[in-house]
Amino acid sequence: MKRIALFFLLSSFLLASCGSNSSGPDNTSPKIYIENKGSDTIVNLALAWAERYQAEHADVRISVTGGGSGTGIAALINNTVDLANASRQIKAEEIEEAKSKGIEPVEHIIARDAIAVIVNSNNPVSELTLQQISDIYSGKITNWGGVGGEDRPIVKLSRETNSGTHVYFLETVLRLGNNEDKTLFSMDTLLLPSSEGIISEVRDNPNAIGYDGLGYVPHDVKMIAIAIEEGAPYVLPSIETVNDKSYAIARDLYMYTNGEPTGIVKDYLDWILSAEAQEIVAELGFVPALTPSPSP
Amino acid sequence: MEKSLNWREFIITSSIKASGYSAIVFVLLIFFFLLREGLPTLGEVEASSLLNIRWYPIENYFGILPLITGSLIITLGAALIAVPFGIGTAVYISEIAPRWMREILKPLVELLGGLPSVVLGFLGILVVSPYLRVLLDLPTGLTAFTGSLLLGGIAVPTVVSVAEDALDSVPRAYREGAWALGATKWQTIWRVTLPAARSGVLTAVMLGVGRAIGETMTVMMVTGNAPVLATRLGSIFSPVRTMTATIAAEMGEVANGSTHYHVLFFIGMVLFLISLVVNIIASSVVFRAKKRAERILS
Repeated sequence: MKRIALFFLLSSFLLASCGSNSSGPDNTSPKIYIENKGSDTIVNLALAWAERYQAEHADVRISVTGGGSGTGIAALINNTVDLANASRQIKAEEIEEAKSKGIEPVEHIIARDAIAVIVNSNNPVSELTLQQISDIYSGKITNWGGVGGEDRPIVKLSRETNSGTHVYFLETVLRLGNNEDKTLFSMDTLLLPSSEGIISEVRDNPNAIGYDGLGYVPHDVKMIAIAIEEGAPYVLPSIETVNDKSYAIARDLYMYTNGEPTGIVKDYLDWILSAEAQEIVAELGFVPALTPSPSP
Repeated sequence: MEKSLNWREFIITSSIKASGYSAIVFVLLIFFFLLREGLPTLGEVEASSLLNIRWYPIENYFGILPLITGSLIITLGAALIAVPFGIGTAVYISEIAPRWMREILKPLVELLGGLPSVVLGFLGILVVSPYLRVLLDLPTGLTAFTGSLLLGGIAVPTVVSVAEDALDSVPRAYREGAWALGATKWQTIWRVTLPAARSGVLTAVMLGVGRAIGETMTVMMVTGNAPVLATRLGSIFSPVRTMTATIAAEMGEVANGSTHYHVLFFIGMVLFLISLVVNIIASSVVFRAKKRAERILS
C-alpha cells in the first residue's frame, strides 16, 4: 500500500514538472525569433548553441535548419534568414547578387574545422606532405616504406561518402584544392560509418592511416605533422596552428548577416564568440575560433 | 444457435484466410514499391555504368558489381561455416546428447539467436578483427572473412533450431528399424534420420543463408566497406562492401528522388531478387525430395 502511495506521489510530481515545463514558454511567450540556416557541417554546432542560448534567454527562439552552405547564403540573399551558416566563404557572384537585392553580407568567423591525419602510435612515420597523403589515399603509394616507414602495407581508412568530412578531405587533400583534379579515393579505401570505427582501427592496427576532426582524436593515436609541400615546415595540428593558418587541412566556419548585426542577433553573435559558447565548439570536435584581442 | 455458430465459423475462417493472403499482399506491395523507386535507375544510369567496377556515388560512379560480389562472398563464407556447424549441433542435440544436456543446449542456442547483431558487431571490431589480423598476418582485420565468421555465428542458431525440429519429427520407428538391421548410431544418423528430415534441414539451411545475406549492422561494422570487386576466393581475406551495408550507410543522407536514391532502391531490388531465387531453388529441391521419398515409401 505504501509503495502504491509512493508511486502516485512520484508520478504526480513528474506530471507536475512536465506540466510546468511545457507551459513555461507559454507564460513568457517568446518575443524575438532568429532564423538560422545553412551548412550541414555546422548544423549540430548551431543547434547546440541555440539550445544553450535559449536556456539563458527565455524570450528568444532560434530556429536552426541545415541544407548546405549554398542554401543558407541563398536564403540570406532572399532575406528570409537572419543568420546564414557556411563552411566556405561567400563567392563573389553571391555578393553581387546580394548587393543587387540590397543585402549587405557581413562575414563572421564563428569556429574552425581542422582534420587531423592519424596513424598507430607504433608507426615510425610522423611527417607527411599533402602530396604524399594524396598519393597514399589515391593508391599511388601502397607501402609505408614509400614514405620512409617500415615495410608494411598501408591500410587507408576514410569516413563514408555521405560525411561532410569525406568530401572536404577529398577536395582539400586528395585533389589538393584543385577543382579540375578528378583524383578519387583508391577503391580499397575502407569506408567506416563512424569516427569511432576509424579511431579504434588506427589504435589497434600499425598499418592503418585515417583522418578525423581534430577534436575527436584521442591521445593514444599519433597525429601526423603535415607540410603543404616538400621543403615547407611540417606542422602538427593544434588550436594554435589552426588559428594562425599554418596547418594545411583546416577551414573557417562562417555565419553571415545582412549588414552589421544589431539587437538580439548581435547579442547572439557576441555570445557565440564568448568562452562559454566556444567551449561547445571544442566539445563537438571543432576548433574554437580565437578572437583577436581588440586592438587598443 | 446454429446460425450464430455458422457466423462465428465464417468470421474465424475468413480472418485466418485474410492473414494468410496478407503475406502475399505484403510481399507484392514491397516488390512494387521497390520497382517503383528502383526502376527509374535504368533510365538515369546506363547499364554499362551499372556494371562498372567502381562504386563512388557522390561522383556519379554507380557500379554495383563490387557490392554484389561482396554480398555473395560473405554469404558463401557464412554458409560454409553455419551449415556444417549448425547441422552438426542439431544432430548432436536431437540424436546424441543425453536428455539433461539437451535441455541446457536448446535454450542456450535460442538465446544466441536472440543476440542483437550490433552487439556481435562490437565483438567483431574489438575482439575478432584484431585477433584475425595478427593470427593470419593480414593488413587489416576488417575483412570479408571476419564478416563471414560473425554472420556464420548469427546464422547458426537459425539453422540449429529449424534443423533440430525437423530431425525431431522423424518417427522413432525409422531409427528403431535401422538399429534392428544392425546399423551403428552414425549409420542411422547419416543414412536414415538425416535423409528423412531432408526437406526440413534444407529449409534450415535456406533460412540461415537468408539471415546471412540480409544482415546489415554486423557486416557494416566489420567488413571495412571498401567497394572492391571480389574476383578470387582469396578476396575473402580483404575488405568488401555489401549491398545491405551500402543501403544502410547511404540512405540516410541521400536526396529524395535523386539518381543515387534510385540506385539504392535498385540495389534493394537486386537483393530481393537474389533471395527470391534462393527460395525458389530451395523449394523446388524440397518438393523433388518429397516426391522421391513418397515413391520409396509407397
